[in-house]
Parts: sequence; structure tokens; C-alpha cells
Amino acid sequence: MGKGKTLFWLIPALLIIILIPPVTGSVTTREGVFLILMYVTLAVSLNIILGYTGYVSFGHIVFYGIGGYVAFYLMKFHGIHLIPAMIMGGIGAAIAAFALGEAVLRLRGAFFAIATIGVNEAVKALVNNLNFIGGAEGLFFNFRIYNTYGGATKAIWFSYYTMAALTITTVIAAYLIKKSKFGLGLMAIREDEDAAIILGVNAKRYKSLAYAASALFPGMVGAVFFFKAGNIEPHDAFHLIKSIEMIFMVMLGGYGSVTGAVTGALVYERLKGFLLVNPLFKNLHMAISGVILLLIVLFMPQGIVGFIREKSKKLREMLE
Amino acid sequence: MKRLIGVLVGVLFLAVSMGPAWAGMNKLVIGFTMSQTGKFNSESKEQFQGLKLWADQVNAKGGIYVKMVGKKLPVVFKYYDDESSKDRVQQLYTRLISQDKADFLISPYSSGLTASAAIIAEQYGKVMMATGAASDSIFNKGYTHVFQIYTPASRYLTDAMDILTKVDPKAKKIAIVYENSKFAKAVCTSAKKYAEEKGFKVVLFEAYDSGTTDFTSFINKIKATNPDAIIGGGHFADGETFTKQLFEQKVKVKLVSLLVAPAVPEFSELGKAALYVTGPSQWEPLAKFSKTSAKSAWFGLSSKEFVKAYKKAYGYVPGYHAAGGYAAGLVLQKAIEDAGCIMTNMVKKALEKMDITTFYGRIKFDTGNYYGRQVGHSMVYLQWQKKDGKMVKEVVWPLEAKSANLVYPFYKKY
Amino acid sequence: MLSAWLGATLSGILLGLLYGLAAIGLNLIWGVMNVINLSHGAFIAVGMFASYFMANYLHLSPFLGVFLVLATGVVLGMITYFISLHRIISAPELSTLLATYSVSLIIIGLGTFIFTTNPRAIDITMGSVSVGGTVLPMTRILTGAFSVIFTLWLYYFLYKTWSGKAIRAVSMNRDAAELMGVNTTMSLALAFGIGVALAMTAGALTATIFPFTILSGGGYELKSFVICVLGGLGSPLGALLGGLILGLI
Repeated sequence: MGKGKTLFWLIPALLIIILIPPVTGSVTTREGVFLILMYVTLAVSLNIILGYTGYVSFGHIVFYGIGGYVAFYLMKFHGIHLIPAMIMGGIGAAIAAFALGEAVLRLRGAFFAIATIGVNEAVKALVNNLNFIGGAEGLFFNFRIYNTYGGATKAIWFSYYTMAALTITTVIAAYLIKKSKFGLGLMAIREDEDAAIILGVNAKRYKSLAYAASALFPGMVGAVFFFKAGNIEPHDAFHLIKSIEMIFMVMLGGYGSVTGAVTGALVYERLKGFLLVNPLFKNLHMAISGVILLLIVLFMPQGIVGFIREKSKKLREMLE
Repeated sequence: MKRLIGVLVGVLFLAVSMGPAWAGMNKLVIGFTMSQTGKFNSESKEQFQGLKLWADQVNAKGGIYVKMVGKKLPVVFKYYDDESSKDRVQQLYTRLISQDKADFLISPYSSGLTASAAIIAEQYGKVMMATGAASDSIFNKGYTHVFQIYTPASRYLTDAMDILTKVDPKAKKIAIVYENSKFAKAVCTSAKKYAEEKGFKVVLFEAYDSGTTDFTSFINKIKATNPDAIIGGGHFADGETFTKQLFEQKVKVKLVSLLVAPAVPEFSELGKAALYVTGPSQWEPLAKFSKTSAKSAWFGLSSKEFVKAYKKAYGYVPGYHAAGGYAAGLVLQKAIEDAGCIMTNMVKKALEKMDITTFYGRIKFDTGNYYGRQVGHSMVYLQWQKKDGKMVKEVVWPLEAKSANLVYPFYKKY
Repeated sequence: MLSAWLGATLSGILLGLLYGLAAIGLNLIWGVMNVINLSHGAFIAVGMFASYFMANYLHLSPFLGVFLVLATGVVLGMITYFISLHRIISAPELSTLLATYSVSLIIIGLGTFIFTTNPRAIDITMGSVSVGGTVLPMTRILTGAFSVIFTLWLYYFLYKTWSGKAIRAVSMNRDAAELMGVNTTMSLALAFGIGVALAMTAGALTATIFPFTILSGGGYELKSFVICVLGGLGSPLGALLGGLILGLI
């Protein structure tokens, strides 16, 4: 069993990307890579519930928002450092997912998908009405908060490295989950939930845990993103379209595979970045994204990595 | 191993392809993002058109004269789509500063996006003119490079009370019904505070959810409390719907003053329902600020000239978003000319000292706790009236800028 | 107080009927094809714009134009089906969800480019009826009435015509229907066409009472989801009932 073959090249590849901005000193590249890393982390996490377990979590962005709010609140009102606040944000999101999972994971297929949209909208409405976390106005940092980190310039670099560490951790964790007994259980649920139960998989517990795991990292991503953005509002924290973008990335790269999610996020980010700044396409990038998504769904449903895996047996082990 | 190297080379190639850096000389680069897609699309487009008109006019005369360089520098725009979403704002502003070498920045449309961009502007020490952003809360966060063109939310609806005091001192009961959104809430909380300070009685203070289409229950509460004036609103769609239903239910009040919606030209599509509705606006084509009534030194073109030029360029009469865009350029131009150079510190000093009146109204910035907040400019109030059988927006407040008298009370139309 | 309550209830019912009509479009597609149509909201917006342009440029009353919208909708929906769904109709939900979502992206993307997100409204005043202090505008009454008519028509179509029965047969068991000589492809396409047409019709009617932008469909799409869950799958009358519940709260 070629355990670790995938990580053997994937992690160095990610590290190279991460090192480009500090080596070249280009802040433009840093911002681009920051977004890539954010998308990679989100896509790889979503893949745990979507790709491994086969549950289409359409409103997954809710955990990013919850983590963001928890961390932002702690940093703003209790002066807690980004790192512990981020961990609290992630744990908060994971707990929320575990609790919600008990209810919504009873639903299957399309009903689950719609229910997760409902959860996202409900949490957004709730936050809109909670005044101690700013309600509809949201929360703003005072610019001085960045002084703890040696000023805004250093703070942004710091959030960059934090995001990088988070991405690496997520990729490794997602890979280990996939290769574990737990991961095999999840895939059994994906193939046939009833059969899995009969064969002794505790489907209910497994699903809740998978849901919590796939919420943990997005919660931390939210914390870092909103730390860097300096303000948080319900509209941005629970932005449904971003949720769908996450699914898009997983589909683009390949459902169920860690490399797939990473590739999907990478390609998506570059593609979108290109469409947005290209004078020819910038007015129509949304429609073009739609056409590309449709073409993938229709003609390459297994995604880029899935397609390569099908074509080449040799590469299969390297592209888990 | 070969394969490994292949993959790594591929990744490296992908990363390097992220674009070369290129610096320009002999021009002033102004960078910003606009919302070409998403929910701010229409407002942002207007703002952009106003800004572009300014640049075209400046460039037609050769550019902005910068003393230190000893010549006029033409203005060049660099801009990207922010999709009305915070996700990419920081990335794009960083790109504008470090890659496109923007000398000055203009904010995106909306306070939320501006707050995100402000961090980048602050970090790199670039002056950013904030237009299309009316929030107060951006300005007590320690930023020292962001300058606001709009009248802030805290003073948006306060003049409604002053109007009442002036035309009908006996009208004391106010109902405030507003959208539960960031902006409307900030405006209405300040308005409530102001009303109570001035001895008004706020008989109803209720928020409706964004996207509300049925106001029946709010209208019933209004009828039950019988106020003299209704103020509030939120965005266009809800404001328009609310107005329509106030008319359908024949609500009898003396003054209706709503945010945003009445200022939008499409509001007249409501027909009679829109009649005598008032609303605050950052600027109106009919607002008669002039050299003679100005409270500080005049700068730039007149209101009439602006409307004419805009109409020529785009085929229709501009609204306040367009005026805000133009004003942002104008104020920046004045600051650069005053400073005589493009160094941030000098331009900042010029902005701190600035107290001018333009076609858009007075401009002066706070230099205290709310550094950069607009303190000179104030809202104009418009009212939809009927003239020769057509719906027209008249300016009724402040009195020095008025184009017609306020029609009072509102229920006259039934 | 009672009369105010009565007025509010009536206006809620009329609005609920309209929400119901929109939801029926979603419900039909969901029930028959097991596809959640995420382009539902986009088609509602298309219906709004169709109504707007007919009223402003062809000077056609929205209440006559709505029939034209319905017919166009069927054709547009069938074309959409063959382009975006036919190939993957038996694939897992995720594929169809994403396919319909990409259709929505294309429509909204093109719509934003062409129409911008400027708000629009159709100015029609047709008088009103007063019920105990609450005024019910004629437009609202008409939209409610049209919603009922279209629902009844759908009911008739599904239960009394051959094509309708074929659609119901396909929804129960696709293979069996195929064996019995039903052209399942055409039935699915027609079901999708009608679903889209109803969404557009609801949009065209909504445009007569509320202002809208190209992005407005999203809110009605969410309402339609809630209604489908409330009213149950498959039955047009169930969706109408779900709509009424939502209209009243």
C-alpha cells in the first residue's frame, strides 16, 4: 500500500507555492496565494463530508461564518491573540456542526442539501438580530489591534503564514482521515448507507464526526480571513455563493480525492483571477464561470484529477 | 523522482505566471475597484461614470498640475471588479498599490468593502478617497489615510426633524420604521437619538427584515400610533414597496422621509404613490449651491455644468452616486494642486486643511477622533412633486439650495 | 381591530397564492425528475423582465402578457433541459444541482451585464377594493386569481390529459413508463418546461406588485424551497397550501 505517496509530492508542492511570496517579496503574489490557500483549505475540508461521505453540504459556508464570528468576538472584546482565537473559532464551528449534524444528517440526498441552505440562512438571520455581536452592522477592529503583531504590515504577513500552516495541516488531516478506518467507514456510507449500517458501521456517529471535522478547518479559515479583513458582517460571513464556489472547486478537481480538492481550488482561483482582471472577460466572468461549470458537470463529472486517475493506473496512487 | 521534479516545475511555472510588475512614469495612477457584478452593480456604475467624467475633463486640459514635477500629469485609471464582495477587495487593492503602482486610491462602493480596503490603504500609506461609503464607524478605527466624501450615516435623517421644527412646530410624534441592515440601522439609531434630544416623541421604532415585501403589520402599527411623520426605510426595493403600501392603505401623516428609494429616479415609476414623499440625498441635480451662497471657497464647475456634461456623456441626468464619484476626483485634484506634489504626507496635510464648496456642497474633514470623516457636507432633502403633469424631484432643504417649497402635509394628495 | 386583521389576512392570502404558484414550478420538477432546480430564481427574474419589457415597449398589459410568458417559458425550459440536464438526469443529485446552478450563473451573469442591477417597477394602477380599513389593490387581487387559475390548469393538465398522465407515470417509475410506450425523454423535458414556465409566470405576476432587479429571483427561490417542504412533494395543491401558510406568517 503506497501510503503517503500522495503527500510525498503534494506537501512540497504546496510549500513551494507558499514560499514564493516571501522569497520574491511580492505582496501582490502574497494576496493571490493567500486566496489560493484559503480556497484549498475550504475545498479540502468540504470534501470530507461531500466527497468521502457523499452528503452534499450546500450551506457549508455557515461554519466559516461561525468560526469567523467567534474568533472576531474574542479578539475584539477580550484582546485574545489570533492563534488561540482561531482555534476557538474552529472548535466553535465543529461543535455547532456536531450538534446540527444530529438533526440534519438524518435527511438524505437533496433534502439534506436544502436543509443546509436553510441552516445557513437561519444563522445569518439570527446573527443579524444579535446586538452583542454587532447585529446587521457587523463588527469592526480598531486599527490599533494590529500593533500587537508589530503593525499592519507584519500582521498581514502573520495571517499569511497562519493560513499557510492551516492549509498544510488540513491537507495532512484530510489525507489521514481518508486512509483511516474511519475514512473507509465514511466511504462505505457514501456507497450504500443501509449496507454500511448492516455491516456494523455506526453511521450516525460517523456522519456527525465527519461533519464536525469538515467544519473545524473552515471555522479557522474564517477567523484568519476576517482578522485580515478587519471587519465582519453577516452578509460576508454567511455568503451562500461562496458555499457553492467550494462545491465547484471540489467538483472541478475531483470528488473524494485530496489532490482533487487541492487542484480544483488552485485552478478555480487562477481561472477566476484571470477572468476578473482580463479586459475581454471581466464583464462576463460570471456567465463564463457558469458555462465552464456546466461543461465539467456534463462531460467531466469525475473532475480533473479523477479524469487522470481513470486514464493512468500508475498515477493513481499518487493522486489520492 | 523525475515525475516529482516535473510536478514541482509545473507548480513553479504556475506561480511565476502570476504576472510581471510594471511601473509607469509621467502620469497619475488612480486605483480602485468597482462592483461590475453583484448587488452593488448599479450604484457602483454610476459612481464610476461620475469619476470617469472628472478624469476626462481633467485630461482634456492636460491633467493635474503638480508643482514639484513642473507640469501637468494626466490621470490614468486602474480598476477591477470586486463582485460586491469582500473576498477579493484586499487582494485587488494590494495589487493596485504594489503592481499597478497606484498613486492614489478611491474606495469601492459601500461601507463594508471600504472598511476592508482601508486596511490596505493604511498599511501602504496611500490616500484613499472614500465615496459611496456613509458609515461613521470606519472613521474611529485609527485610520489616517481615508477621507470621506459622503455625509455620514449619523447625520442622514436628522434634518427631517429640523424641517418639521421649521414648518410645523406642533408636529412632535415620529414613527421610525427601518430595514434591519447595517446602514439603515446606523442612520435610524442616530435619528432617534437626535429626535429625542430635540423634544420629539418617537412613538414607533421598529425594524423590518431585509427583503420584506409585505408591510401590512407595520402599517397597522403606524395607524394605531397615529404619528405626524414617518421616517426610515433602507434600500430601494423595500422603500419603494413601503411607499406603495402606505399609499394603498391611505396612511394619513404629514411627512414621509425615507432613505435611498426616493432619491432613485425609478421611484417615479410608482406614480401617485410617490407624490410628496421626501428623502435625504447626498446631492441633487437641482440643488443650488453656488459661489454666492457658499460658506467657503468655491472650487470646480457649477452644478449646471456638471449635469450638462454628464448628460452629454451618458445620455441622462446624474444622481448622487455619480456626483459622489465626480466629487471624489475633484477633492483629490484640489488636494494635489494645493500640496504641489504627490507625496502622501503633503496631500494629507492639504486635505486636513481643506474647506471648500463645490457643486456637490461643502467639503471639510474631521481631524479629531473621527479622522477623515466628512463634517462639511450635509444632506439635501428632495420631494417628489408634480409639475406640468410630470413627476419631478425638487430640492426643498436646506433652504439655501432649495428649488421649490416643501408641499406639506403629505396627506394633501389623497 | 378585527377588520384590520381581516384585511391583513386577505392580503396575506393573495400574496400566498402567488408564492404558491412560484413554488409549484419548483415542486413539479422536484417531484417528477428528482431534480432541485437551482435556476428557479433566475427564471423568476427572467419572467419579471419579460413582463416589464412587454408593458413598457409593447404596451401589453402584464395580465395578458403573462400567457405569452407562459408559452415562452415552456420552450425555454425544454431547451434548457436538453442542453443542461438530459445527459445527467440519472446521475447523483450533486450533478443536477450543479448543472441547474450553472444555468442560473449564466442567466444572472448575462442579465447583470445587459440590464445591470438597476431596480425596476411596472407602473400599473387598476383601482382597489377596501376591506374594513385595509385597501386591497386590484393588481394584488388579479395576481391571486391568476395564481389559482394556473394551478387549476396544471391540475387539469396532469390528471386529465395524456401528456400530463405520461408525466405522472414517469414520476412514479421511469422504466415502467418507458416500457408502456411513454416517451420518457419528452415527458421529462415537458415537465421541466412547465416548471420553468410557472416560475416565469409567477415572476411576471410578481413584477406587477413589487419592484425588482435581476437578482430578485433569489429571495423567491428560497421562499419556494420553504413552501415545497411545508406543502409536500408532488401535489400542486399542496404547494399552493404551503404558499398560503407562508403568505399568512
